[in-house]
Parts: sequence; structure tokens; C-alpha cells
Amino acid sequence: MLKRVVFLVLAALFLASCAPAAPSTPGQPSPAAQQPRYGGELVFAVDAEPPSLDAHRETTFAVIIPLAPFYSTLLKFDQYNYPKVVGDLAESWTVSSDGLVYEFKLRDGVKFHDGTPLTSRDVVATYNKIIFPPQGVISARKALYSAVESIEAPDSRTVRFRLKHPSASMLANFASGWNWIYKADIIEKDPRWYEKNVLGTGAFKFVEYVPGSHVVGKKNEDYFIKGRPYLDGFRAVFMTDRSAMVAALRSGQILINFRSVTPQERDDLVRALGNQVVVEESPWVCSQIVVLNNEKKPFDNPKVRQALTLAIDRWNGGQYLSQFTFLKYVGALMRPGSPFAMPESELEKIPGFWRDINKSREEAKRLLREAGVPEGFSFTLKNRNIEPYPSLGVFIIDQWRQVGLQVEHQLLETGPWTQDLRTGNFEAMLYFNCDFMDDPDLQLLGFLSPERSPVNYARYRDPVLDSLYDQQSRELDPEKRKQLVWQFERRAVGEMAYQLPALWWNRIVVRWAKVQGWRITPSHYINQDLVDVWLAQ
Amino acid sequence: MQTDLFQERALRRVARRQNIVVRFIRRYPLGAMGATVLLIFAFAAVFADQLAPYDPVANNFAVMFRPPGPQYLLGTDNFGRDVLSRIIFGSRTALLVAFTSSFVGATLGALLGVVSAYFGGRVDDLIQRVTDIILAFPLIILALAMVAALGTGTLNVIIAITIPMIPRVSRVIRASALALREMPFVEAARAIGASDVRIIFQHLLPNVVAPYLVMLTAFLGQAILLEASLSFLGLGVAEPTPAWGLMLRGAATQFAERAPWLALAPGIAISLAVFAFNLLGDALRDALDPRLRV
Amino acid sequence: MYRYFVSRLLMIIPTLFGVAVLTFVLLRLIPGDIVMLRYGTGALVSEDVLQAERARYGLDKPIYEQFISWLWGLVRGDLGVSMWTGKPVAYEVAIRLELTLQLAIMATLIAVALAIPLGTLAAVKQNTWVDYAVRVFSIAGLAMPSFWLGILMILFLLIFFRWSPPVVFTPLWQNPLANLTQLIWPALAVGYRYSAVSTRMMRSALLEVLREDYIRTARAKGLVEYLVIIRHGIRNALLPVVTVIGLEFAFLIGGLVVTEQVFNLNGLGKLIVDAISRRDYTMTQALIMLSAGVFVIVNFLLDICYMWLDPRIRYQ
Repeated sequence: MLKRVVFLVLAALFLASCAPAAPSTPGQPSPAAQQPRYGGELVFAVDAEPPSLDAHRETTFAVIIPLAPFYSTLLKFDQYNYPKVVGDLAESWTVSSDGLVYEFKLRDGVKFHDGTPLTSRDVVATYNKIIFPPQGVISARKALYSAVESIEAPDSRTVRFRLKHPSASMLANFASGWNWIYKADIIEKDPRWYEKNVLGTGAFKFVEYVPGSHVVGKKNEDYFIKGRPYLDGFRAVFMTDRSAMVAALRSGQILINFRSVTPQERDDLVRALGNQVVVEESPWVCSQIVVLNNEKKPFDNPKVRQALTLAIDRWNGGQYLSQFTFLKYVGALMRPGSPFAMPESELEKIPGFWRDINKSREEAKRLLREAGVPEGFSFTLKNRNIEPYPSLGVFIIDQWRQVGLQVEHQLLETGPWTQDLRTGNFEAMLYFNCDFMDDPDLQLLGFLSPERSPVNYARYRDPVLDSLYDQQSRELDPEKRKQLVWQFERRAVGEMAYQLPALWWNRIVVRWAKVQGWRITPSHYINQDLVDVWLAQ
Repeated sequence: MQTDLFQERALRRVARRQNIVVRFIRRYPLGAMGATVLLIFAFAAVFADQLAPYDPVANNFAVMFRPPGPQYLLGTDNFGRDVLSRIIFGSRTALLVAFTSSFVGATLGALLGVVSAYFGGRVDDLIQRVTDIILAFPLIILALAMVAALGTGTLNVIIAITIPMIPRVSRVIRASALALREMPFVEAARAIGASDVRIIFQHLLPNVVAPYLVMLTAFLGQAILLEASLSFLGLGVAEPTPAWGLMLRGAATQFAERAPWLALAPGIAISLAVFAFNLLGDALRDALDPRLRV
Repeated sequence: MYRYFVSRLLMIIPTLFGVAVLTFVLLRLIPGDIVMLRYGTGALVSEDVLQAERARYGLDKPIYEQFISWLWGLVRGDLGVSMWTGKPVAYEVAIRLELTLQLAIMATLIAVALAIPLGTLAAVKQNTWVDYAVRVFSIAGLAMPSFWLGILMILFLLIFFRWSPPVVFTPLWQNPLANLTQLIWPALAVGYRYSAVSTRMMRSALLEVLREDYIRTARAKGLVEYLVIIRHGIRNALLPVVTVIGLEFAFLIGGLVVTEQVFNLNGLGKLIVDAISRRDYTMTQALIMLSAGVFVIVNFLLDICYMWLDPRIRYQ
């Protein structure tokens, strides 16, 4: 077995404000320099099971990770230079100077796994299904494409999108890992066919899906990039129990868990396997948020909400919780280290993000007194019963206890938790936000007034935020857009403290060193086509 | 003189009681062992506030993952909470869940069983059919579905454990009560015109105390196990409440290697308590009603 | 006898009907349905789309209508379609049945292999240290949470042998070695636990038998002690033990729920937990009906066996 130096890709990413997520490892033997080897089956674990096989309608990684290798998308994120966008089915593209027309030229000679050629008609049909779904068809991310007016196919290799107004996030949205290109004939006949069946143009052909057990794919010999994929096939094994998953990873039965392992699992694996495994880490486009019900007293009072955010010691909490949960980074609404994130020097000025926790707690107590909240005031924090929610709940309750609040913890299954969240049946609730990209259009959506956003669970209306959102969304100059985003953040989590960002997640992928050609990205919803992955001896 | 007599009687009563205890220990050494362990847990539960060296819920990240040592006898967990203190307070949760659910379950079950046996006919048929239905559900699945419906939390867990127990007790008690119904003293009571309620409470219930006690102890252990299983599946009591099953849930899977004491201590506490309940239950059965099979 | 048989058989119907009603109602009391679970969070999906999706599952109809159409399917032997995967429930059950059945059989065999010798030993050496040791061993099996035992097993194998059981199920006839190395550990964890009750039953039944007259006769005619125990003792003590084992087998699916979870086995026990938490009504209903059905039928068969063996019941 080839031995390789273990490298940990750590805070370097986090410090650089505009850094790409791909690790640069100067001085280390670069895996890319090695001659890729053909053959082998990649066996990997998936932590959950897909509810259906149609990525357009689902919202869980359990659809993406086992099934993305069967499909192609229009564009994709470059795993070595995230968030740079590169072509997948699109060979080239142009954007008109007013930002209203996007035109894509498709590759030649792309074939579906049934042998039929892919044309622009398939792309149009797919995007029509996503943006203008027919009656009874769910499209989970339709709202992201509200700027799109129409989609055309001038010829068999050209696709044209016309927009109602400029949209800064459009190109990234075409690189979404969810937008698998389906076959037009099939969608037209039965738009739900893809919920139970697989037919794409990806690097791997579908072999079988045994519910509760595994998905198997084999090499697509007709894949449109010559010489790819390297692997003969892959096997995605569903493993919902973490200790069983870690045991299998450790014994080498599975070689990687693409989503993430916990810090504890990472440490155990590294201790047991040494340099047989490689660890990669990246700030994750996932964060945990305390949603306060702004309709309920006393949470309708900004002073109370501010006191609640001031009471949480994020800086220390991140340091300790990151030792045993995904939770790690301190940030407001944009992922720390992402292009639009506030630098720490700015962040520290927002209440709740001050470095001096004692000062914050004093201020919190003062605000509570001012708001007339009695000492020992008691309320319930509703929470979901899967990690890292309970751990964060325990931490936050202990933080609030230290400013004299008595908070009861109520853990719910995902179903009731979702129901209470949507119907407003809660005082405070732990929520999470997890997306495939960092663009503010997506990240800030949950903070708009409810008419604009079905995911504003804090139930407040704020026209100021709504207008700031629209301004940043149509601003094509990145610097100006950044300032607008920061203004939005300062108002949403500082002055008004509608919802309280808790901590951002840290993604940790441990892979056997022989798994090559795959790089960690800040999202587990992208970069799963396995085109470049190969297995060393 | 009179006081002397009373004293003597009291002394004799104490002596007799001692005698019973001694005889029980001699005849059922395993049962006595179980009883001793349980007394220790009960003592810990009652005096948890005085016994526990630390606050069982306050976080203290400065001392997270401390191995067992002089300062923290059983070590600390991922939030820097003292494991010993959480085990001690956890015995309160465990015994509360176990005793409440077993007591309520066994009592309701006994009552139903006796009523069913005494009245017979339609009443008996109806109760038996309902019993059949609940018995056909696997215990853990019924409990699981009930917690899912009611929501987590100590009270709901108790309810979810109690309901599946009732029919199991009522079956056994009914069988004992059926035999009693034909006894001369019940006939006699009926002949002098005693009411049904009176016969049930004065003549039938006191005579099924033996199987009742045996069932009760048998379920005490099961309740603790069931609570632990529910916690393991994420449907038990909620953090930060100190509870053994809950301590096992995160710890056993996540930190088993880094901090094995986290998986061992609550696992041993659960096993020991259930073990003790079973030993005592066995001895009680042998002593009270050897033919009963639970 | 014929009448008893028929009336006993007819009693199964109201029981199963009751289970059906209770399951159906209980499931719908659990807050948050499958639509909420799948599209409620993260998705930018509005309330009317959720309603449309509910209609597709038939969840918008009145509850009695849903019940009747489900029951009618059940009567015709149609278990319906899983709400989660969209595949027929019968298919989902079929692909997991082999594993669960094999695990159940292996666990039962282990339980029997432990219970009969240990129970005999304890009875023969009643009230000696052997008896106490056996009883402590078997009660300990009842006392240890099986998931804890499973976790300790996995860790032990991993730390000391750097080995973990195979992750994908291989049928016995395909590769017996891979199959057995995967299933032996969970079977041990469950079997040990289940041996406890049978061991106790074996002990007490044998003790009772050994007090009978014919044993004394056998001894008096000079038969060697171990032959007395094997030929006359064990054989006659087996009936209650077999009953207990039969009942436990019928209930094994409950015992497998947590163990399959720990060992990541794609069996029916894990499926039922998943189905409940996914609010997959059709799947949960089918699985509960199935396990209740097995339980009721095993009970029925046991009753019939008893009647056949024990004339006193027959002529009642």
C-alpha cells in the first residue's frame, strides 16, 4: 500500500476572506501530479436514504450523493477553485452586457445511457420542469429562478435563458448540483418518472438500487469526456448508524463518507489508521440559527431578542463544541471565509459577537431588566432530536441560564419539529440553514418578510430588509453588493436581532489515501459526479 | 405493666421482622443481593442533592473529557459535567420512570384482571379482546409510536411505558382471580349480599397481591430497559436531564474510544439496576408464588 | 374439538381488526405527516403545493375513507405502496425478509443452545454455586441493554482485531462465510438476551419434572443418573420451554428493532423504526399488521398444540 503524508486543510481557508475552498498544499506531494489509475470500485457510505430519486423535488444530500454520478448538469463548480463555475454539459456560454440573456452552447456527442443523443430540447424541458413545474410537480428550488422569464432552444445545441431583471446569482444557480438534466421525451410523457427511475448522461450507468441497502453504478463507456471516468464502478451504501459507519470506514470496507464525519470520528480514525487516511476540512455552507417567534411576547421586543443574542458566547462555544460536533465557526448570515462574508474585525462590532463575554452578559441583563423581563423568566426551546441540534441546545440553554433565564429543552422528531416551525407553535426554536452555494440571494432568503419567503419562520415583517435584498440581488458590482449584504446582516442580526445565528458548521471528510481526484468543497450538495475520482493501488 | 407488655410485643414484632429478613437472606441470597443494590440506588435518588459532588447540568468546558480520577471519580463528559453526579441524579429519573410506570401499570392491570375475572361474560370478553389487541403489538414499537405521538419528555415516556404493561399484568392476574372466584369465601360474601365493589376490593384484590408484587418487580427492570432503548432511539427524556439511557446514547457511539468511561458508567448503572430488580423479582416469585411464570 | 378450533380461529379476526384500527389511528395522531417531513423544511415550497402533494397520497380524504380503502386492500392481500420509496410494500418487505428471518432463526438457535444445557445444569445442581452462576449469567443477559452489548461487541472487534462485520448483506446461499460473519454478532447479542427466559423456564420445568414419581421409579430401577435426566427429565420438561421459545420467536421483531439499528442491518426491525420516523403510514401499518399477524397465528397454533396434547382442554 502506498503511504502518503496526512495533510490537514485547516484554518488557512477560514482566514482568507475570499479564499477558494480547494486546498493548496505547497511542499506536499500533490496527488494531482500522480498518474491516475483506471479500475476499481469505490465503496462509500451515505448517512441517510433518498425519499425519491428526483433531485429537482428533494432537498436532502441523500439524493445527491448516491445518484449524482448518473447525471450531468449544465454548469458545475470547479472542485479545485470553488466558487469558480466551469462547464459540464455546456461547452461555452455568454451573458449579455445588460445581464438579461444567458446563452449556452452544448457539447457535441453527449448520449443518454439508453443511447439516444442529448439535445437542447432536453435542457429546456429540464429547466421548464424546475422553473415552471406543471400542476402537481414539486420543484424545491423554483424560487431561486424567479428572475427567469423564458427558456428557448434556437438550435439543437444552443439554450437561451431570458431574464426579467439582472440577477447576480444566476450563473451559480445554473451550476446547482440539484439540476440534473433529464430526457425531454420522458418528462413530457410522465413528469414523475424520475422519482423512481434513473436515466442520465453521467459518467456512471445505473445498475441497481436496493432500498435500505445500496445503490450501484458501473462505468459509462460512452461518457462525453474521453478517458473518464477512471473507476469501473461505485457502490453507495446506506449506513444510518454512525458507529457502524465509522467501524466500516476504519476496517476499509468503505473508503469515504462524502458528507462529513464528526471531529470525534476524525480523531478516532486518524489515531487508528495514521497516514492511511487523509483528512480534509472546510467551513461548511451550513449554519445553526435560533429562531425566535417575533409574534409572541416578550420576543416581540427587540431588547429581549438582543439580550438573548448577547448572552451566547459564540467565540468560546465554537472552540469547545468543535471538539465533538460539526459546529465551529462564528459568523453572521454569510459563511465565514466566503466571498461576501464580513471580516472578523467588522463582525466583532455586532452585538452578540463581541469578544468580551462578561460585557455582553452585563448588557444582556441590563436589557432584560429594561424590557421588564423578570429574573428567572422561563420559556421553552424546541429542538430537533438529531445531532448536532441537541448539543447546541444544551450549550445555549446553559448560556441563557447564566443571564438568569430558565429555559426548558424540548426535543422533537423531524416531523413535529417541522410542523411547529411552520405553524409558529414555539417560543424559541433551533433551526438550520444548509445550501449548495454561498450566494447572498440564497443565504438571505430566510430573513425576508413572510410574503417574500416561505422560510422566514421568525414571523416578522421588515420592508427595509426586503428592499436591501432586492438591491443587492440586482447589483452586479461585487464590492457594492458586499456593502449591501453587510448592511442587511447588521440590521437582521444586530439592531433588530430577529433571528440569532448560532454557529457555522465545519465539514470534515476522512478518506482512505488511495481515494484520489476528489477535493472537499464547502457544500456536500455539489461535486459528487465522481468523474475525476480514481483509486490508487 | 401495660407499657411493658406493649414493649415486649413491639420487640417481638421487630424480632420477627428481623427474622424474616434474615430468613429471606439465607434462603434467597441472590434476592438479598438485588435488594441491597436497589437500596443503594434508592438512597442515591433520594439524597441526590446532598450526595452529588457537582451540578449535573451546568457546563464547564474547562474540564471536558476528564478521565476518572480523584477530582471526578467517574470522569466528566463532553460538556465538562461530572459523570458521577449525573449517574446519581440519573437514578432519580430511572427510579421515577420505573416505579411510576410499573406501579400504575401493575395496579391498573390488576384491577382490570380482577374485574374481568369476577364479572366474566361480556365484560370479560370485551376486556380480553382489547388485551389481545394490545398484546399483539411488539412492546417497543407500541412505546415508540406512543412517544412519537405524545412527544418526548419524562411524563410522556412514563405513559408510553405504562400502557403496554397493563394488558400483560391483567392477563396473569385474571388467571389467578378466576380460581378465586369459585372459592367459598367469595360465595359466602355474595350470599350475605356484599356489593360487587366490596367483593372485588375486600376479597379478590387482597388475594392477588402475590402475583401483583411479582409482576410489579418484573416490570421495574423492564421499564428501565425500555426507557433506555427509547432514549437510544432519540425518543426518551430530553437533554440536559440526567438520565442513564440518554447518557449512553451520545456517549456510547460518539466517544467510546476517546472517553470509554462515558459509555461504561451508565451502561453498568442500567445493567446493575435491572439485574438487581430481576434478582429481587425472582426471589419474590419463589417466595410468594412459585408456580407463577413471568 | 372441531368447535373449539373454529371458535378459536374466529377470535383472530376481531383481534386483527382491532390492531388495524389502533395502528391506523395512532399513526395519524403523530404530528407531522410525510409531506411535512419531506418538503416542510429547507424547501421553498408553499402551503398549497404541500396540500396538492397530500392529495396525491390520499391524505386529504376523510380518515374513515382512508381506513376503508386501506382495509379493503388488506383484505385482498394488497399491502399498498410505500409512501417513502413509492415501491410496493410487499417488495420492500420481501427484500428484507430473508435477513430478518435468518437473524431470528439464528438468535433462536443460540438461545436454545444456551438455554437447554444451562437450564438443565442449574436444575440438577439446584442451590449450589453452579445454579447461582447460571442464574446470574442468564439474568445478566436480561439486564444488559442489547444495543449496549452490540456497541461493546463492535468496539471490541474493532479495537482488538481491527475487523468490522460486512456492510452489505450477502444471502446465505451466495456466500455462507460472508453471511455468517455478518449475522453471527447480532445473533449472539439477541440470542443471549433471549436465552435468559428459556433458561429459567428450563430450570423450573425440569425441577418440577424431577419431583415426579416416574423419575423416582427410574432411579429406583437403577438407571444411571444422566440417563434419568436425559431420557425422562429433559424430554418431559421441554414442552413449556418450546412454548416460551415459540412465543419469543413471534415477538422477535420487537427485539430486533434496536439491534438491527446498531449493526446497520437492512432488516424489518430497522425498517419499522425508519417507517415510523418517516411517517410512511402504509409501510408502518403493513409491518405492524404483519408482526401482529405472526404473533396471533403463533399463539393460535400453540393453543391448538396444547389442546391436542392435553385432553383436559379438549373436552372442556
